[in-house]
Amino acid sequence: MVENQHDEPAVTLDAFLDSQTNATAVRLEAGDDARALLPYLDRIALIEVSFPSFRDGRGYSSARILREAGYTGELRAQGDVLVDQMPLMQRCGFDSFAPESEIDPATLEASLKRYENVYQKAADGRVPIWARRHG
Amino acid sequence: MRVLTGNDLPTGDVVWWTGSGWSRHIEDACDVADQGESIAHAEQGARRVNVPYVIDATLTADGPRPAHIKDRIRALGPTVRADLTLKPADPMAGSWVI
Amino acid sequence: MYKYDQYDQQMVDTRVEEFRDQVKRRLAGQITEDQFKPLRLMNGLYLQLHAYMLRVAIPYGTLDSRQMHMLAHVARKYDRGYGHFTTRQNLQFNWIKLEDAPDILAELATVEMHAIQTSGNCIRNISSDQYAGAAADEVTDPRVWAELLRQWSTFHPEFTYLPRKFKIAVIGADEDRAAMRLHDIGIQMVRQGGELGGKIFVGGGMGRTPMISHEIRDFVGSDDLLSYLEACLRVYNRYGRRDNIYKARIKILLHEIGPEDYRRQVEEEFVAVKALGLDPPKAEFDRITAFFAPPAYEADAADAIDRSDPDFAVWVDQNTAAHKQPGYAIVTISLKPTGGIPGDATAEQIDLMADLAERYSFDELRVTHAQNIVLPHVRKADLYTIWQQLDAAGLAPANLDLISDIIACPGLDYCSLANARSIPLAQKITERFADPARQRDIGELKVKISGCINACGHHHAGHIGILGVDKKGVENYQLSLGGSGAEDVSLAKITGPGFDEDGVVDAVEKVTTVYLAQREGGERFLDTYRRIGMEPFKEALYG
Repeated sequence: MVENQHDEPAVTLDAFLDSQTNATAVRLEAGDDARALLPYLDRIALIEVSFPSFRDGRGYSSARILREAGYTGELRAQGDVLVDQMPLMQRCGFDSFAPESEIDPATLEASLKRYENVYQKAADGRVPIWARRHG
Repeated sequence: MRVLTGNDLPTGDVVWWTGSGWSRHIEDACDVADQGESIAHAEQGARRVNVPYVIDATLTADGPRPAHIKDRIRALGPTVRADLTLKPADPMAGSWVI
Repeated sequence: MYKYDQYDQQMVDTRVEEFRDQVKRRLAGQITEDQFKPLRLMNGLYLQLHAYMLRVAIPYGTLDSRQMHMLAHVARKYDRGYGHFTTRQNLQFNWIKLEDAPDILAELATVEMHAIQTSGNCIRNISSDQYAGAAADEVTDPRVWAELLRQWSTFHPEFTYLPRKFKIAVIGADEDRAAMRLHDIGIQMVRQGGELGGKIFVGGGMGRTPMISHEIRDFVGSDDLLSYLEACLRVYNRYGRRDNIYKARIKILLHEIGPEDYRRQVEEEFVAVKALGLDPPKAEFDRITAFFAPPAYEADAADAIDRSDPDFAVWVDQNTAAHKQPGYAIVTISLKPTGGIPGDATAEQIDLMADLAERYSFDELRVTHAQNIVLPHVRKADLYTIWQQLDAAGLAPANLDLISDIIACPGLDYCSLANARSIPLAQKITERFADPARQRDIGELKVKISGCINACGHHHAGHIGILGVDKKGVENYQLSLGGSGAEDVSLAKITGPGFDEDGVVDAVEKVTTVYLAQREGGERFLDTYRRIGMEPFKEALYG
């Protein structure tokens, strides 16, 4: 896991889109359309995706859409983020986390390292099992 | 009367608050009056019970009987498998459930 | 059938250890029940009325004798000597201890089994045709795609916290034995100009708001399958409702935006994801296909059946189906004895079915969504000895698709979501219609009972459907008519005011009386209902 690298305040999607701001950090709410950011990805350093509840999985799709479009900056999962969800988030392209509740570092490390292989290709560059079978 | 019930965390068994602990038998349940929520909170926090909740019940000569059919079935076991209830040897044990 | 390689095995083994760690953290108080619940649900572990319930996945309903024996072993060692086969072709144990669950999963993993994603707001166990690979009317074996989808959906990073649960069915024949059109996504495999592909239906489902799915694409080839479903799911994950649990299924999204708009969004998304290389190569498709090659049938197996035992002959007529291989038959073992609990089997019965499969059916069994068991590849010459052994174990009711072959959810006897009991109704109806000749005279009649609006008992798809409701603390049952989960799919309509338990049994009998008086020619109940409509039945019930 990458530590949070950027600490400038993230502006809302609306503020980012309609102002003349030079902001380089944007916060996406769960219902925001990540695709609205695609024209600006090369000047953004941080996108913070909000998880209002651990049950709300929209942010996983937001992350993949951003990474699939070539975004290489920091992608942070913020909010009700549980340790058992972080491996999935990492697979979707998140590289930093700002959970509301404290996470035990040892549990997190074990969680992130647990699965040696994955069935699907996603946004983390891991080689899926089907590719290993026919490598 | 008001009765506090829940499930035992490691086994899942149905349990009833007796006033000092948890019993598998509805007959041991006590009236929690308006203390149910606070007892539930403390006991859940200490993991002596899982998902506790307060229900209405009637006190009969044979002990407390939950007002709702769901909790009456919880109190004894499935109505379709008398052999798997808490009182498998007593064919009339379920007469008050339905 | 499919066999794990080292990767599949490692995945399941790792999952066992992950869950062991999660249970340990829960028992130690490091996570709350609220946080633990989605974790245990994604391992099929519910907290039900009397105990924890473990739902074991049986991918596309296919298993071998070793796996079946393991289910019997778990029933004996960790449960109370029986299991319940479900309408999603899975098996549930009703009396599980949380502290035992990791050990049970470890035992299951030794025979390539697990409980992954048998609950939770994720892609559930893929279901399929129980006659796959055996049916005479089959275009192709749908389990090849079902297995591809099993792997793709397992721990899918993007689709594990969907708005709501997500059910996929794949069939490979014109006859629909899997209620395919009542799934979130249904796939009917077809051939188009020699190429194998699938017709994609989206937005079906039962539950509170039953809907029949819409055809979204008439053909998706094998090399686009995963990308296409990725697009279907992504549109749902982004736009499915999260404000109301009862409106969160994909059927509601399609209903609200319309199938045209959904299709447009999926096609746009498909273009975007297709470029990412998510689809496995043909070599992987071929690898999986090889596992589903036909077994080594006896070339000159005899077609004749000695029907001199009349009870046996009745069973053959009712419980066997045409096999694609001459001299072979498909056997359905009914788990619906008179007065019994639909779908329940004892450990001894499970062992016997496993033994019969090993000896007479190329080591294969299937679980049906109607809660029966299938021996898919049986020599006709072996039918009599199989029937004798089944009969001795109470497993030979000759009632497939008859009025006593009832689907029933566990209902309020076991389930914490239920509003009314389902099983006692099934018992009373089978007792009322206990006479086998009467059942056969009535003919095909699918009765389906749910104990709550979630419709696990498929009541919307019943020729006669029954829904249990809670009427001021008293069980009450709504009767509906005219549903079908088959290729002639339709949703049942409510007859009118509900009945009490005995009243609904009487009502079912009245409905059959109207049918018998009105039927013409070879009409099934459903055909007569569709011809004459609801009114004559209403008249008999409430007039």
